Amino acid sequence: MAAKSTARAERRPGPLVYTAMALLVLASLFPLYWTFVVASNDNSVIGQSTPPLVPGGHLFDNFSRVFDSVEFWIAMKNSLIISTTTAVSNVVLSTMAGFAFAKLRFRGRNLLLGTVVATVMVPTQLGIVPLYMMITKMGLFASVSAVILPSLVSAFGVFWMRQAIDENIPDELVEAARVDGCRLIGVWWHVVLPGVRSTASVLAMFVFMTAWNDFFWPLIVLPPGTGGTVQTVLSQLAAGYFTDYSLIMSGAFLGVLPLLVLFVAFARQIVSGVMAGAVKG
Amino acid sequence: MAVQTAEKAPPAPKRSAGGAPEKRGRKRAFGFDRKVTPYLFVIPFFVVFGVFGLYPILYTFWVSLHDWHLVNGELGFVGLDNFTELFHDPDFYRALRNTLSIFVISTFPQLLFALGIAWMLDTKLRARSFWRSAVLVPNVVSIVAVGVVFSQMFAPSDWSVSNWLLSLVGLGAVDWPANVWSSHLAISVMVIWRWTGYNALIYLAAMQAVPRELYESAELDGASRWTTFWSVTVPSIRPTIVFTVVISTIGGLQLFTEPLLFGGVNGQEGGSDHQFQTLTLLLYKYAFVQQNSGYASAISWVLFLLIALMAVVNLLLVRRISSTR
Repeated sequence: MAAKSTARAERRPGPLVYTAMALLVLASLFPLYWTFVVASNDNSVIGQSTPPLVPGGHLFDNFSRVFDSVEFWIAMKNSLIISTTTAVSNVVLSTMAGFAFAKLRFRGRNLLLGTVVATVMVPTQLGIVPLYMMITKMGLFASVSAVILPSLVSAFGVFWMRQAIDENIPDELVEAARVDGCRLIGVWWHVVLPGVRSTASVLAMFVFMTAWNDFFWPLIVLPPGTGGTVQTVLSQLAAGYFTDYSLIMSGAFLGVLPLLVLFVAFARQIVSGVMAGAVKG
Repeated sequence: MAVQTAEKAPPAPKRSAGGAPEKRGRKRAFGFDRKVTPYLFVIPFFVVFGVFGLYPILYTFWVSLHDWHLVNGELGFVGLDNFTELFHDPDFYRALRNTLSIFVISTFPQLLFALGIAWMLDTKLRARSFWRSAVLVPNVVSIVAVGVVFSQMFAPSDWSVSNWLLSLVGLGAVDWPANVWSSHLAISVMVIWRWTGYNALIYLAAMQAVPRELYESAELDGASRWTTFWSVTVPSIRPTIVFTVVISTIGGLQLFTEPLLFGGVNGQEGGSDHQFQTLTLLLYKYAFVQQNSGYASAISWVLFLLIALMAVVNLLLVRRISSTR
């Protein structure tokens, strides 16, 4: 793949392409820069004839005002628990199912795999009313479990891991382990998981980010008064009870920061993950 | 998406007729492991999807046939009354128009930009990992943060970033949330900002898989870059375009967070005249503010059917457009 693409990409970009790309990156990054600018300024610079464009020195004052206004740390803790748990469970359950679909023979396998693929198209957000009733009846309202349970595993993850296992684990390796008397769960643990470690960790990152950014469902079952997540608390900050722009943007900055750090650290893997997603489709 | 079938079965364990009892026990365990464990591996997905995905959607239809209050529960069967009421509700038609309008304004420019960006990325760019990562940055910003930040940038005041930019080119300030078109545009900008780079990378991956020979023969025919793009690149990545269109449709018609935050206090109303209230905002309002579960469920089902319909229409449309090229 790599060899093919370098051989192919012979179009040499002119200055026009570089200019266009630079403008594009500017447009991509400006809102984040501006968030930082407002977050680091005193609220008094807002409302002057031009918007503030230079960072100020009030970032940490504003942060502490965020902590005073909303239960930010509780929300942070909840978001971390939710994102970490779903990331781990998605990796475990997706690699298990992916292993079965890629390497094992069982009755109804193709039908079941087809069903998994089809479920990607189902807009499950629309079942929100009964889902809420169910969660309430289970006594899970206002608990992190209410957010975690529906996200334990996704069709996207299963399908992706099936692909990765199919490509990276030779059949002979699975067979050899089984002839040695290894049970399937052992094969999964000793052969499959190490074999797809890199793809599985990209999946973990994706699930973590998706869970971190999720809003609709947490807003309903874990609203701010009950602890909330980073996103619901941020929406509360912005909901107009405060018209303090520095405060709001500080909250936004704090909410975005963890993922930006994660992104900068793993940009290459995340980019390759998105591009791998395309080939699957 | 082709489903691979049956790899070689693991070599059957040698049948040692009348082996030691301990061995037979092991063999039975092996048989169980081979027959049942695969199901145990795949069943968690189906349980989670069934319980938290499929069942609620189906149950939504049942709820929609009732007078049902979120807290007080079922208050009697009413047949299709909720639907009849919905189809006579001007709020519903306004939300439908708003949803479709924002969907169109956000999706089509977004996918066209993404195609152009992918085309630029698919060259011998210097520092290519940097450019690829940079276009993806907006996608890791949560929709809530996007909504919060862009709502400030599109604030109706003279000094908001958008109006300041307009003033630089000599245009007057716009009261973004106040009007139908300006509010739809502002919300679409949020969607476009967050998703264009993501789609560009998906197109890029597909473009890299286009066989080089196709470009060479187009070049030999003396085709311009523009012609090559439309007659070689686009048709070659058609399945990927279809995929992004369908996914964008499913997401775009459920637009919720951006308009909610753009609306500020009582965001579920979608502005003073509901000028940017989407169907999902209406659903949220009836389900959790008014607590009218029956009516909300009717909205859910109509939205569900609409998404299915639009996905099919888009699929056919895109197939048609890219095959006539």
